[in-house]
Amino acid sequence: MVLVLALGDLHVPHRAADLPPKFKSMLVPGKIQHIICTGNLCIKEIHDYLKTICPDLHIVRGEFDDDARYPENKILTIGQFKLGLCHGHQVIPWGDLDSLAMLQRQLDVDILVTGHTHQFTAYKHEGGVVINPGSATGAYSSINQDVNPSFVLMDIDGLRVVVYVYELVDGEVKVDKIDFKKISTSNSAP
Amino acid sequence: MRRLAGVEDEEKWLAEGIAGIQHNAFFMHRALDANNLREVLKYSALMLSELRTSKLSPQKYYDLYMRAFDQLRQLEVFFKDESRHGLPVVDLYELVQHAGNILPRMYLLCTVGSVYIKSKQAPSKDVLKDLVEMCRGVQHPIRGLFLRSYLAQVSRDKLPEIGSEYEGDANTVMDAVEFVLQNFTEMNKLWVRIQHQGPGTVREKQEKERNELRDLVGKNLHVLGQIEGVDLEMYKETVLPRVLEQVVNCKDELAQYYLMECIIQVFPDEYHLQTLETLLAACTQLMPTVDTKIVLTQLMDRLSNYAASSPDVLHEFLQVEAFAKLSNAIGKVIDTQIEMPIVGAMTLFVSLLTFTLRVHPDRLDYVDQILGACVVKLSSVPKLEDSRAMKQVVALLSAPLEKYNDIVTALTLSNYPRVMDHLDDGTNKVMAMLIIQSIMKNDSCISTADKVEVLFELIKGLIKDLDGTDTEELDEEDFQEEQNSVARLIHMLDNEEPEEMLKIICVVRKHLMTGGTRRLPFTVPPLVFSALRLVRQLESQDRDVTGEDVQASPRKIFQILNQTIEVLSSVPCPELALRLYLQCAEAASDCDLEPVAYEFFTQAFILYEEEIADSKAQVTAIHLISGTLQRINVFGVENRDTLTHKATGYSARLLKKPDQCRAVYACSHLFWVDDLDGIKDGERVLLCLRRALRIANAAQQMANATRGSSGPVTLFVEILNKYLYFYEKGNPHITPSDIQSLIELINTEMQSDDNNNGNTRNHSDPFFTSTLRYIRFQKQKGGLMGDKYDLIKL
Repeated sequence: MVLVLALGDLHVPHRAADLPPKFKSMLVPGKIQHIICTGNLCIKEIHDYLKTICPDLHIVRGEFDDDARYPENKILTIGQFKLGLCHGHQVIPWGDLDSLAMLQRQLDVDILVTGHTHQFTAYKHEGGVVINPGSATGAYSSINQDVNPSFVLMDIDGLRVVVYVYELVDGEVKVDKIDFKKISTSNSAP
Repeated sequence: MRRLAGVEDEEKWLAEGIAGIQHNAFFMHRALDANNLREVLKYSALMLSELRTSKLSPQKYYDLYMRAFDQLRQLEVFFKDESRHGLPVVDLYELVQHAGNILPRMYLLCTVGSVYIKSKQAPSKDVLKDLVEMCRGVQHPIRGLFLRSYLAQVSRDKLPEIGSEYEGDANTVMDAVEFVLQNFTEMNKLWVRIQHQGPGTVREKQEKERNELRDLVGKNLHVLGQIEGVDLEMYKETVLPRVLEQVVNCKDELAQYYLMECIIQVFPDEYHLQTLETLLAACTQLMPTVDTKIVLTQLMDRLSNYAASSPDVLHEFLQVEAFAKLSNAIGKVIDTQIEMPIVGAMTLFVSLLTFTLRVHPDRLDYVDQILGACVVKLSSVPKLEDSRAMKQVVALLSAPLEKYNDIVTALTLSNYPRVMDHLDDGTNKVMAMLIIQSIMKNDSCISTADKVEVLFELIKGLIKDLDGTDTEELDEEDFQEEQNSVARLIHMLDNEEPEEMLKIICVVRKHLMTGGTRRLPFTVPPLVFSALRLVRQLESQDRDVTGEDVQASPRKIFQILNQTIEVLSSVPCPELALRLYLQCAEAASDCDLEPVAYEFFTQAFILYEEEIADSKAQVTAIHLISGTLQRINVFGVENRDTLTHKATGYSARLLKKPDQCRAVYACSHLFWVDDLDGIKDGERVLLCLRRALRIANAAQQMANATRGSSGPVTLFVEILNKYLYFYEKGNPHITPSDIQSLIELINTEMQSDDNNNGNTRNHSDPFFTSTLRYIRFQKQKGGLMGDKYDLIKL
């Protein structure tokens, strides 16, 4: 069992002062094995903060990130799953599932995690999963009118992944759970 | 002559003294064993004569005294046992007075006196009075101090205090107090007299020695504090006035400072509170060289702790008007002690403020009054340079923040910014950061333009270069941290009411614009998004109030935004400015303001054309331009054509062929919006895709020419996916045969690539494989989509 935290589009300090305190108190060091971040942090303090939660931190570059060391895409393997990470501003139309599915095919991954829209989504698509953890600070978005702060925890166990979505709605943290199973042969050679 | 003696000599004299004591003690013990009173008195007097020396320093004298003291304990045991010496204690009391020398005589008398009181054959008050009077016979300071110290020690458990067996009848607690007070007074006089002996050259050594003796005097105050039965009334009427009289009148710096400290420590808090006026009056009468501020600080700290101990005691503070009294006393001390360094005055203010915040948390006027007094004091000195004083000022300013957990409270203190003005630039920034941290920590919202104005006045050290700041010296990391803090702060300035919020934004903007080119890239984005949030709010409220007096309209805010971002683009910071323009364009589109949205796009395009030269930055900019433009639905045909034409043109002119190709096929989405009433220009979609295909071909040929291999077929597969995308969406210009020929083209490309590399067909492109799998997947789906895909033959 591996816990993976997925979050992004914090936009600190451009659009938000900080993560919600309720999230901060939940994200304690020592419990999470990997962090995948869809970018737009936008400052080093947030990078450093994420490092304190878990040193295995994977970040791709959002359009407001200055740090040129963050790549545009990143692929990593966790357990039996191949994960793809991309901020998403490169995929037009923004947030369009069919276009994201093309990126998923291109990266040839089981789980594609993207951001940019500030709207949590999780779709099962052609045997794979496309996840958007939303904005961890609930930052303003030109794409979505009402943004609630949200992040995603993925519990990867064998061929199964349980996606927990934490969303802050009117000051209360709501948790949702989505279950996915991988068909073991789906992504191997035809 | 001991003053001129060396350490070695002193050691010798001490050794001689100890030898003398031991010698006589030996014979004394023999006499004790023989119960021979006469011999006992003789040798004990001889032994005690060693204490008559004037050669020893207090430290060494104390050594000698302790040797004698141990012997006296055994002597006392002997005196107690009448059967051993055969005399009634009253006779013994008479007898020892015949000793030849006064010092041995007094030690023996005190010892027998102690036994006398214990025997209860005489009222303790009479014996005590007798002893304390007779000790006057020894006027040598050191000898006298130790003798009286002995008296205090042997009498400690024989005072007629409440609950003691010696109390009652004619013996009252008053007698106990009287005795201790008298002994204290006499001891203090002796102690002070040490100073007035000897020439000035040995002054320092003398002071050190005197300091060593201070606890002998202070012990009396401890006893006074411990005597059972000294109630507030007695303390107020007798104890404190008598002690203070001695303190003030002795006119000795060391004694005054030490004894005031003692008084504050040994007596209970509530007594201090009830005698505050007397105590403070004494403080102002001390010698000018006494460090009154420490005394006052200790007093206030004690009272603060007392106030914090229980809410029940707070009314006592109100009753005695503690604040007014303390405030007055501090004012007087600061005014009269001109020599006091500024740090001293600041320390006093900090203590008074701590006291006030604990005792009168609701009295902001008191807090402001203290800050006001601080301003007056700071204004009287040229410039604050003492770092310790600066630290105190920071403590002074931090205290209200910590207490109220709310900057808004501090913003109502009129003297707060005036105190900050007296800080140096570095400290001013530290304080400004503390203020911001306090706001963040407490999640405080600053909700009016007036308060924002005050706040920005407070933190102006971070907002702009203050006069005389050498910007070169700033540490880059510190600078970034400061500016990011300011940026975060902007999100804490919020008001639900749009008119007020607009005022807040204008105030913030006014201040931020003074920040200069280094700060703007940090501070402009949060301001822009704060304003965009307001636009969003106005838009969702859909207010139909459109009178002349209504300032908070999206149109008005967009004007401000335009001017603000323009400043940023001249920093120059074109990439950031371009992003912000696009955000504004989309917001304007949401508000149905076509010309405004067009203007923002124009600005973004100008920046792209004139300022963004880096090819990587261009790629990202094109992504953002196309992505935004794709979403905007406010434009009429003409404006839209102009903008899409431009965007497609930029895409085709990117430096690297693959970037060109990708940007161009992305533009296809500008002509096909998958909404109900979206644009669906299938022909131009196809034109984009064909153009992308041509570029992909060119890229392939170029790779062939330069590397001898055409490389991966990724671009073609990407375009194939776009074909599939629009085919699914029902674009009539995309036909199954187009798709099939594209698949064939990719197969051919892959084969030729394999041949070039001398490979047989053994490799697979994962992207192409997953695309083909997708096509099969869609075929199997059945239904409308299945039918569509059935037309594609693999």
